[in-house]
This record gives sequence, structure tokens and C-alpha cells, in this order.
Amino acid sequence: MTSPQAQDATGTGVTSTGDAPFFPMSREAGCPFDPPRHLREAAASHPVSRVTIWNDSTPWIITGHAEQRALLIDPRVSVNDRLPGFPHWHAGMEQVSTRRAPSVFNTDPPEHTRFRRMMTAPFTFKRVNAMRAVVQEITDDLIDQMLAGPKPTDLVEAIALPLPSRMICAIMGVPYEDQKTFSAQASIGMHKDVGVQEQIASFRWQHDYLADLVRARMAQPRDDVVSDLAQRVTDGEIEVEEAAAMGVGLFVAGHETSANMIALATVALLEHPDQLAILRDSEDPQVAATAVEELLRYLGIVHMAQRRIAKEDIEIGGQVIKAGEGILIELASANRDPRVFPDPDVLDLHRTASAHHAFGFGLHQCIGQQLARVELQVAYGTLFRRIPTLRLATSIDKIEFKHDGIAYGVYHLPVTW
Amino acid sequence: MRVAVDQDRCIAAGQCVATAPDVFDQRDEDGVVVLLKAVPGADEEDDVRRAAGVCPALAIQIQD
Repeated sequence: MTSPQAQDATGTGVTSTGDAPFFPMSREAGCPFDPPRHLREAAASHPVSRVTIWNDSTPWIITGHAEQRALLIDPRVSVNDRLPGFPHWHAGMEQVSTRRAPSVFNTDPPEHTRFRRMMTAPFTFKRVNAMRAVVQEITDDLIDQMLAGPKPTDLVEAIALPLPSRMICAIMGVPYEDQKTFSAQASIGMHKDVGVQEQIASFRWQHDYLADLVRARMAQPRDDVVSDLAQRVTDGEIEVEEAAAMGVGLFVAGHETSANMIALATVALLEHPDQLAILRDSEDPQVAATAVEELLRYLGIVHMAQRRIAKEDIEIGGQVIKAGEGILIELASANRDPRVFPDPDVLDLHRTASAHHAFGFGLHQCIGQQLARVELQVAYGTLFRRIPTLRLATSIDKIEFKHDGIAYGVYHLPVTW
Repeated sequence: MRVAVDQDRCIAAGQCVATAPDVFDQRDEDGVVVLLKAVPGADEEDDVRRAAGVCPALAIQIQD
């Protein structure tokens, strides 16, 4: 689907100079693990080009690995989603942007630095690795329950979603019984086809829930992240609204993404039995760690592009991005850039893939990435060793993939053993 | 090899500690990088180069 006559709908002087195909694009039939062909091919040949988005504006899309790095670290590139011309995900996000409290997600330095440093302590490499035994225990427990239950079963419900959900609930201090309601609300907020009013209501609900929890912890602190944020409110460092915005961000990012990675990687590995065997036949934690980086690269589940706006003119990839123009950083396509990853469409668990952009790059790179790594290392390292006969209980063409989600994955994964 | 870190730029991603744990650490209070060795051992140099390469904030400088 192309829009060769894309018009300037942003009022910022943006006009299409050539083909600006519509984004997001569909993946090819039968290639559920590959980013859309146009983006994969653009990574090396047209690393900086234009697309047309929902409001008929034509922001830049960055598909090349080097070009993404350069822009994600460039102080002339902003995440301030209130600036006119910002390329929002959809109309709902555009409306919500003016209501969102300032947070790590919508501020630049020095404000961003201040917010980020309030959130990072629980997710350091050492703190997270100290929780590895807990992650292992939860994983074993979930596998025990699954094996004791009926088959076939849905791996998303049995393991992929409960593992990261339990972890983030425990770290944050969100009661686990509230997790389902919160997840349902978060899915509404992330879904591109949901109406604007419904999205605003879901953001409101999530925000109010966290604000109530922050107030409860201000009155009765515990040893958890929400209590840390509550203490900062008490100390006058931040407002309740800001603490709630941070909490919502951590909670949503903390389980949706890892859950999708666990389920989608399981499908990919079951479809690549030679690669699955590498994980199944090794107890070496380094093998699992290397495999996780390659699966993060190959699956590139954050596929809706990170949104930015240029504050000044920027020359990059043979193009000039003008001040006020929107920029879409499509992370998954950079993970298939052949200039960085030879034979990029091949899943190779022995590959050194650590330069991938699955967690982004630059100042906004994922805060919870070390937690995600531990969860995925334990999940992949345990699942196939404990259930060597694990297999799909359906055919791959019957699996419903999250084409419409901000994070790609599968809605359900029927498995048996 | 000499290593320097820029704590103002650091975003506490933890990649350097994951890559070269004997050279880099993170502050308990906010995860900001702490340099343990300004002159890493010869056997650590490759890991330090990798750590500089994966630092998302380009906060690690190396002088050979």
C-alpha cells in the first residue's frame, strides 16, 4: 500500500519527494518472524527514507543500524511528544500526550536524566542477577503446574505471561491478583485499533491505579519499587502524578515484552529444531546467554518504531532531516542490517548478536533489560531441557500473531508434549 | 589501555558490568557506572572494548 502523493498534513512543510509507503506494514505471509520485506531491504539500501502514517504525514523512517545509533544518541533528536509534528502511534496517543505527566518516556536531558535515575536502582546487573534463583524457582513451579495439568495447553497463559508478571509484581509491590486487570487495561492502551475514548479511559485507569498504590505506600511503606517512588513524593522530589507515570511505564514494559519474547521464541525454536537442540542439550549458562541475544535480535518484537522529532536540521544517510520533522526508528529492521549481521535472516544461536537494537539504543534504552535477560535465559534454558518433547498442538498457520500490538508476539500458543 | 567513564552521560543500562564485571560496577543508589580499574589487565582489554561498543550512552572512552 503506497501513497505516492502524500500530502503535508502536519503543517511543518513536510512533503513527500517520492514513494512514502504506509507504515505500519504487513509482514509477508508465511514469514511470521521476519520484519516486512520493504523494511528489511531498506536497512542496507535506503537506511533513511520516508513513510506515510495514520494522519497522512510522512515522517522519516530509519531502518539502518548505524543510522539508528547515530540518531538515538543525537541531542538534536527529541522524545518530547508535545512538539508539533511529533509522529504519534495513533490518534489516541496524540490525545493522551498532552495529559501524560513528564517522565522518562517524554522528556529529554536534563529532565530525563533526573527521572531515569529514580528508576534504575532495582534493575542493575547485580540486583537483577541476585534474583536469578527466584526466577528459576518461579519457572520450575510454572512448568510443574503445566505438566500436572491437561494437555494441550496455552503456553502464554501457563508460562510466558505469568513468569514476567510475577517478577514485576514482586519487584514493584503490585498485588499479583491485580495483575490480570492491569494487563487487560494495558492491552487496550497499546492496541492501535481501539477508539480514542477507550484508550484515554484505559490510560486514566492505569494511572489512577498506580497513583492510589503510591498513596497507600506513602502511608505504609514496604520494601518495593512503588514504596521507593512514594518516598520521593514524600521528600518533595516528584509529584504523585509523576510517580504514577513511572509506575505505569515500568509495569507495562515489565511484563508485556518479556511475555511476548518467551512465547514467540518458543514458536521460532520449535520451527528451528536444530537451534532448539543447542539450548536443550546444554547446561552452560553462557550458551543460554548467547542464545538470548540472538533471539532478541532475530525476533525484534518492538516493531512499531520508536517515535522521535528533530529539533534541528540533521544530515544523515545522504538525507537532511529538517527541524520539526518526525522520525520513526524501526528497531527490528536494524537487527536485520547485513552490514552488521551477516546472513541476517538466519537464526543462529551461536552468533554474537549483542549489537542488536531489541532494547533500543541511546539514552532511552530499556531500563529493565537486565531483568529481561535473566528471565529469558532462565525460561529458554529450562523449558526445553525439562520438556524435551514440547511441540505445537496446532499448525503454525493457525497461530494468531500480534500484528497489531506495539510488541509483536502470539496471542495464544497451544502446545503439547 | 586506559579507560575513562562519563558518569553524567551514563544511563545505567548495566551492559558494561555484564561484559567486563572486573572493570566496571554500578552505584547501588542509581546504577550509574563506577570504574573499578582505569588500567585493565591485558586479558580484560577485549571485554572492555566490547563494553564500550555496547554502551548505549557512549559513556566509555578508551585510550590505547
